[in-house]
Amino acid sequence: MVTSITNFGRSGLYDWMMQRVTAVVLMAYTVFIIGYLLFSSDLTYAQWSALFENTFMRLFTLLAILSMAAHAWIGLWSVSTDYIKPTGIRFVFQSVCGLLAFVYVVWGIQILWGL
Amino acid sequence: MLVSVYRYNPETDDAPYMQDVHIDIPGGKDIMVLDLLQLLKEKDTTMTFRRSCREGVCGSDGMNMNGKNGLACITPLSAVVEKDKLVLRPLPGLPVVRDLVVDMSQFYKQYEKIKPYLMNDTPAPAIERLQSPEDRAELDGLYECILCACCSTACPSFWWNPDKFIGPSGLLQAYRFLADTRDTATEQRLAELDDPFSVFRCHGIMNCVNVCPKGLNPTKAIGKIRNMLIQRAT
Ligand code: SF4
Ligand code: SF4
Ligand code: FES
Repeated sequence: MVTSITNFGRSGLYDWMMQRVTAVVLMAYTVFIIGYLLFSSDLTYAQWSALFENTFMRLFTLLAILSMAAHAWIGLWSVSTDYIKPTGIRFVFQSVCGLLAFVYVVWGIQILWGL
Repeated sequence: MLVSVYRYNPETDDAPYMQDVHIDIPGGKDIMVLDLLQLLKEKDTTMTFRRSCREGVCGSDGMNMNGKNGLACITPLSAVVEKDKLVLRPLPGLPVVRDLVVDMSQFYKQYEKIKPYLMNDTPAPAIERLQSPEDRAELDGLYECILCACCSTACPSFWWNPDKFIGPSGLLQAYRFLADTRDTATEQRLAELDDPFSVFRCHGIMNCVNVCPKGLNPTKAIGKIRNMLIQRAT
């Protein structure tokens, strides 16, 4: 068993599963948004804003943002452990990724609920 | 034809270099790459490579021939030579001991980790532990591995993390013991593999399947280990 403390979940299997689940969420969200844009060609600001007034849409978007943060973390963590060999630099890179993910989540919530 | 071969003798060379040798194949026959190496060695006795069985059984002469890993002894020139040229390099990603000979320690260490032997905690029967023909068939496509390392050294995930990722060869063997009905250590074996590196560094690129000289499919075995891990955890 290789020990690891910086990966997303408790095990390799957990990370692997999360990566798949979040990918499905992101796919569903992308398809939904593209579909919505296609079917409302003369989209106005009012319509767009009304869409995000909807609680379901807000929750769906929040789920997509959280999925993106987790997905990006697992992916970039994996890339960093492949290509960045010096532990110090790798840890800094991982910290920056983690911080960015956190900022995006908070920022997303702020936008969605107009805080 | 032109053979460009990787040469490195750490005792006399500062750095590895490629040596170009023009060579005529006697009778223009379609000989094996290993026979070609033998011809090279007759010209220059310092040329170093491993080989033993010369029939694809021992796994000693894995090397990189025109960019693809394989066993020199069962690879005919016609299968690899392009435009009358052949580039021979040691297996990628492992430290070079000399010329085409690599240090396989890291590879064997990964093999050792998966405990490549039957573990059974039930009392031994008077005769050997029997398997039904069906149970035995589960091991087909697994037990044939000759540990030549062609697959693991073709795997980018193994190049980047040879100390943490078991690699296709070791994982094929891991599944060989997970699939064996006579082995009772399944739980212990799976627990050992459930970290982010050992199994999950495999991204399914299938380089391993592409090069295995025995026609085995490590990617498929890795998929089965993953399914066992999922079943265990859900
Ligand atoms: S399928 Fe997996 S083990 Fe095989 S070469 Fe690709 S990453 Fe390596
Ligand atoms: S799986 Fe194939 S390529 Fe890999 S070590 Fe075994 S025989 Fe060699
Ligand atoms: S010499 Fe034994 S496998 Fe090639």
